[in-house]
Amino acid sequence: MSLISTETEAMHRQDRGAKKPIRLFRNLNAKVAALPMIFTALVIFIGCTLWTIYHSFTKSRLLPAPEKWVGLDQYERLWSTRRWLVSIENLVIYGACTLVLSLVIGFTLAALLDRKIRGENIFRTIILYPFALSFIVTGLVWQWILNPEFGIQSIVQSLGWERFAFDPLNNGQIVIYGILIAGIWQGSGFIMVIMLAGLRGIDQEIWKAARVDGIPAWKTYIFIVIPMMKPVFITALVMIASGIIKVYDLVVAQTSGGPGIASEVPAKYVIEKMFEAQNLGQGFAASTMMLVSVLVVLIPYIYLQLGGSRRG
Amino acid sequence: MTTLLKGFLASTVLTTVASVSSAVELEVTHWWTSGGEAAAVVEFANAFNATGNTWVDGAIAGSGGTARPIIISRILGGDPMHATQLNHGRQAEELVEAGLMLDLTDVAEAEGWKEIVNPSSLLDSCTVDGRIYCAPVNIHSWQWIWLSHKAFADAGVEVPGNWNEFIAAAPALEAAGKVPLAMGQQPWQTAGAFDVMTIALAGPEVWTDVVMNKNADAVQGAAYTEVFEAAATARTLAANSNVQDWNLATNLVITGQAGGQIMGDWAQGEFALAGKTAGVDYTCLPGLGVNQVISTGGDAFYFPKQDDPAIEAAQKELAALLLSPEVQVAFNLKKGSLPVRGDVDLSTANDCMQKGLEILASGAILPGSDQAFSPDTQSEIKDLMVEFWNDSTISASAAQERYADIIANAD
Repeated sequence: MSLISTETEAMHRQDRGAKKPIRLFRNLNAKVAALPMIFTALVIFIGCTLWTIYHSFTKSRLLPAPEKWVGLDQYERLWSTRRWLVSIENLVIYGACTLVLSLVIGFTLAALLDRKIRGENIFRTIILYPFALSFIVTGLVWQWILNPEFGIQSIVQSLGWERFAFDPLNNGQIVIYGILIAGIWQGSGFIMVIMLAGLRGIDQEIWKAARVDGIPAWKTYIFIVIPMMKPVFITALVMIASGIIKVYDLVVAQTSGGPGIASEVPAKYVIEKMFEAQNLGQGFAASTMMLVSVLVVLIPYIYLQLGGSRRG
Repeated sequence: MTTLLKGFLASTVLTTVASVSSAVELEVTHWWTSGGEAAAVVEFANAFNATGNTWVDGAIAGSGGTARPIIISRILGGDPMHATQLNHGRQAEELVEAGLMLDLTDVAEAEGWKEIVNPSSLLDSCTVDGRIYCAPVNIHSWQWIWLSHKAFADAGVEVPGNWNEFIAAAPALEAAGKVPLAMGQQPWQTAGAFDVMTIALAGPEVWTDVVMNKNADAVQGAAYTEVFEAAATARTLAANSNVQDWNLATNLVITGQAGGQIMGDWAQGEFALAGKTAGVDYTCLPGLGVNQVISTGGDAFYFPKQDDPAIEAAQKELAALLLSPEVQVAFNLKKGSLPVRGDVDLSTANDCMQKGLEILASGAILPGSDQAFSPDTQSEIKDLMVEFWNDSTISASAAQERYADIIANAD
């Protein structure tokens, strides 16, 4: 936060110093160079988003049909489709658990590594390594690990606990937790690295002061260090949140939505309605709902960022 | 070098003159990638290469569900292949209406497709506004149950002759530690199996009323109640077959771990590959042994429109070739499917194919559900079926209610 606020302050100072007529032409080269990107942002991101939202109100099938306006029909059908409701429910469970667990595990691992342990590089590499795998690979690996005939269940059973049962991927009630385990395994290393960078940014003087006052390390972390790491947490939060909303490949690789429709997620619904069911309108309606959920995450973030700097 | 090139050019010109049309490379996409399927495609490729043109194979791994979006997005994206497999029916309907597909009517007339294609519904599925846009190449029927002789022998019961005997034999199979019914859990398999049970148990008339005429009231009738209850029974019988892919489920039947599987005639390829003989190691019952009817879905080739007249000529040449008698026989024997023309000799086909041919000749045929429902409605049915087959808390009547809703809104 402090970095961003000093930047904006610097910009404000420059703005005040500049004469009005020159302002548009200042840094002309840079502005011209930025034009393609501005154009891309306007046309590709905003333009295509608006196009998608518009077509979600039409009865487009395989091809976009802007003239077949049907109002909110697609949304009504969407919210009365059981598969979509199950998808949303799964996203909420997966999202809430991922958010909390990634932050807690990521921060704990970072704090442990930050205690100046021997072989930090090795541990850091090991923990970060799953992040180098794609979700497809992660999903397949965990499909095998959680397979009752080859994975954890059979290993524990062969060790003597013969009635041990752990088969989440074939049980519709808990299948989403099986996916969650894989997601956390893949993603928490990355959060750890972000957290570790944040911890390294904490001034050593603060640790010394806390030690002089006799505050135990865990209290220092919770009451002093974490509040100081707010920007790092917000960054991590946005990373995790965007990862949650777009979760797709992990599910496809691990369960392909099964058993039944028990592990369906919204992104999968969008893809399948658009391309397999040849119903663009329905897919667009679902993706618009996903956009809304992204905005729900992003707007508070932008508000926090901008609001913070204004106060600063 | 130059002389070599000249010589090459000269010979090309010569062959061009000789075969009228020039030698062209055609890229052909399809999703026939399993062993038997790939062998069947080679028959097409060889026949086409023999005409002096070149077949550039563009196989897309994965099922139709994976391949179709790729094929369609390439056509829409302005990078069309020269020919592509699709299931005839309504998958390409909008592409044809958008004018992206080559009109094959003149080929069809020259080759007399109207007279030779049997059943004629196959050609109807290729026809939009009186013009023909695709070349049907085979008939695949869903209406089969495959029974393992070994499983029934182990359980000490006779191999059943129809669905009801199969249900009656199920407890004995379970007692012998067998899975009575093998069922892969992919949506298209459960939806397909349900469709088969409907035709067998409710009868073709009720099925036609619901699927072709979209009569939702018929779904509420007693015939469909019976079907949904049978499906609920089948669900319990299949509860322990924890497989996803259809060929893994077929493998359970081949190895005698499962009593039977409801699957289309492409399962035959798996039995053949495992060296099993129909009537000795396994039995196939069309229409679950109740109603001997087969549906005539299948594959067809579409030819996306191109600017180049040379390519267009080659596309038409390929279209004609696909339906020629020799190619039809060679291809369908490898593929295990039935030929689209009734005038070819398939005496070398095995028992199950012969049964299929007999039913086809007797005219007890129905269109495939690909031809009846839009992909959108099909995906809704799949969603319902995959949920129903996996969640035993959904009662037969609740599923029937939801199925009626889908039919009421179907198109």
